[in-house]
Amino acid sequence: MKTGFDHYDVLVAGGGQAGLIAAIVAAEKGARVCLLEGAPRTHRGGNTRHTRNLRPMHIGPLSVLSGTYDEAEYWDDLMRVTKGKTNEALARMTLRNSTEAVAWLEERGVQFQPPLGGTLHLGRTNAFFMGGGKQLLNALYRHAEKLGVEVHYDAMVSKVEIDAGEFKSLQVGDHTISAKAFVAAAGGFEANIEWLKEAWGDIAENFLIRGTPYNRGDLLRLLLDAGARQIGEPNQCHAVAIDGRAPKFDGGICTRVDCVSLGIVVNKNAERFYDEGEDFWPKRYAIWGRLVADQPDQVAHVIIDQKARGAFMPPVFPPVVADTIGELAEKIGLDPATLEKTVADYNAAVQPGQFDHTELDGVHTNGLAVNKTNWARTLDHPPYSAYSLRPGITFTYLGVEVSEKAQMQMADGTQSPNIFAAGEIMAGNVLGQGYLAGIGMTIGNVFGRIAGSEAADYALNR
Amino acid sequence: MRSTDKTTEAARVMTICNACRYCEGHCAVFQAMELRLEFNSDTLDYLANLCHNCGACYHNCQYAPPHEFQLNVPSAMAELRQENYGVYAWPGFMGKLFANNGLWVSLLSVVVITLFFGATAILTGADFFAVHQNAFYGVISHNVLASVFGVVGGFVLVALVGSIVKFWRTMNLPSPLRLDYPRVMQGIKDALSLKYLDGGNGQGCSYPSETPSMARRWFHQMTFWGFMLCFAATSTATILHYGFDLPAPYGYVSLPKLFGILGGIGLIVGPAGLLVLKAKADAAPKGKTNKGMDISFLVLLFLTSLTGLCLMLVRDTQYVGITLSLHLGVVMTLFLSMPYGKFIHGFYRLIALIVFAVEKNDHKQLVGVCQDKKTA
Repeated sequence: MKTGFDHYDVLVAGGGQAGLIAAIVAAEKGARVCLLEGAPRTHRGGNTRHTRNLRPMHIGPLSVLSGTYDEAEYWDDLMRVTKGKTNEALARMTLRNSTEAVAWLEERGVQFQPPLGGTLHLGRTNAFFMGGGKQLLNALYRHAEKLGVEVHYDAMVSKVEIDAGEFKSLQVGDHTISAKAFVAAAGGFEANIEWLKEAWGDIAENFLIRGTPYNRGDLLRLLLDAGARQIGEPNQCHAVAIDGRAPKFDGGICTRVDCVSLGIVVNKNAERFYDEGEDFWPKRYAIWGRLVADQPDQVAHVIIDQKARGAFMPPVFPPVVADTIGELAEKIGLDPATLEKTVADYNAAVQPGQFDHTELDGVHTNGLAVNKTNWARTLDHPPYSAYSLRPGITFTYLGVEVSEKAQMQMADGTQSPNIFAAGEIMAGNVLGQGYLAGIGMTIGNVFGRIAGSEAADYALNR
Repeated sequence: MRSTDKTTEAARVMTICNACRYCEGHCAVFQAMELRLEFNSDTLDYLANLCHNCGACYHNCQYAPPHEFQLNVPSAMAELRQENYGVYAWPGFMGKLFANNGLWVSLLSVVVITLFFGATAILTGADFFAVHQNAFYGVISHNVLASVFGVVGGFVLVALVGSIVKFWRTMNLPSPLRLDYPRVMQGIKDALSLKYLDGGNGQGCSYPSETPSMARRWFHQMTFWGFMLCFAATSTATILHYGFDLPAPYGYVSLPKLFGILGGIGLIVGPAGLLVLKAKADAAPKGKTNKGMDISFLVLLFLTSLTGLCLMLVRDTQYVGITLSLHLGVVMTLFLSMPYGKFIHGFYRLIALIVFAVEKNDHKQLVGVCQDKKTA
């Protein structure tokens, strides 16, 4: 790799939304900016490529958003999912600054889509990118290039020189680049199976990674080794149950399986292990990754009958289908007798009631070791369908601690004068655990703008 | 139901898209897709003809190559369209002409233009390069022209109607008398405004490159309306000739001339613009399709208007014979290629857009419902 210069005002590592925004803001302030993207051009943008929306606070309709989503409601939502694991000052600042995100992006060519079909119920809280996150990336890359930001692909940072918290230079391969200020926006480490194994043990071998294979956490590790203060724990990650046939990396949104609440879920021993009808699926899908991870071989199977067909988002892979439970068990490699017994026991335990998938209908089972508390219908209408499930890791929470100015905090209590962090690499400051649709992109957007602005001000002595 | 490489690939692609749905804001293809769980060939022919090949969903796709899903919706749809144009052709065996369309249209143009030269040269004899008193009717009489083009036009009309009826039936539309007319109007509006070349928000389509642009929409509008105005010019001239006994030539301030000049300019600028865009366009969203079909059609349209306008300028000079031969040859080739070339896309697209308006209104699929369900 050859850069146009050896020295820049602002150097940005990471070409997802946060890094791009930081680069654009810094360039708009007059800084000479270089952006290093670790992936090749075709895979640029980190996990932003797989995203679809962000979640702006707003009083009254805003662009494609209807109604009002005020700070109090947003804060309540955040508290509900994080259970208080957040930095209130940073979080509230993020919410307040989220309002401008939509207009900021629109002014730079990003298209949002009005609520439609599948996004209708989120039309008040979530602003959807037309065509998804890659459209946002394409628009922002075009804009950054127009501003003269020097973009390099396949540019994974291999070494960082930090002296007493101050950024000096970094290396990409054997090429050294220095800068007055540095923005770290290179994502989490979820694609680094070895690192996941340090926290999870060997079972991490069986995890599927929903996002980019380039989020290996190399920069995060370099920063932590250089004395950055860590936030979050390495075993914290957003894990959902996805189709077991999904690719090892990069399967994205389409690998989800949305019929758990309509059927039963069994492990490789053909036994149920958790209440499939505990709550609405959007509120529960994020616990199922961990539930499946706790099962032998980290595998499970969701089984539905003909009644459920067409009542959920179509999965990307076809189900395994059979006319009897025994035949289905054989096809998916379970013990037929055990599965037949599990289904028979479950069917016998189903209590009468009026099934209604649009509400918590209370149709439940009685007397099982693991009861199903809602939407418990008997499985008796062949053909039966099965989808295999595995834990799918969306992102990790471990990161570097930052200030309200996105300045990286050091483990010794000082703060770096010229290292700023944005995006998944610092999202754990605001989102300590759990997940709220669109919050990751919101954090990346807000901190990307702050980091870019602060880095430019520092570099240009403002 | 047909099952080919093209329908298999289109079904694979649509199954992935239906589990993702990020592109639903871009165009009607994805909204129609969302009404379905399975994709048979009828459904896929419908979706393929809804697709305007704007490229937005390809450039914005998280699964586009080199991702292992190798998702390329516009390419799958373009390749399927090339196949199904042949499937719906009437008479059926003529469908083969879609395979090497550019080649046979080019060869046909050479043959037809040569024939016109020959015929004109024989008819005019030594006067081929003379100034003719009655302008071009002095070269070839009106009655000869009208009967030759009448016969060809009649065949073209029958072939077009035959193809359209085949497609219409597959789309499960009722007889024209029992149509839902507000939906038909919606479909016509979406077709005439080229709504689905607007990218979803009016930003334009991702053509010729990833950057949204309105260029293609504008050039297509110039081409379409230019064609319609030229058609109007011919029609008004026919009415004036037979209805009012006012034969050509007409003055510059007459309906045939005004329509013809305006339309002719549109039909020069439009196809030229589309050809330039095509030359610059990213090849991936077009797939492995026969680009000759598009190019030959655009070139014929361009030459039709160019030679037509030239004819107007040289009609009182010695070049009228040669220009007329060329013009008539080009127009005749265009006529003959209409049912078996790019021209047909407008009809299938319009029908698909009407079907979409109906489906959107009813929130349920019309095309591709299984036969047993239909009879049940």
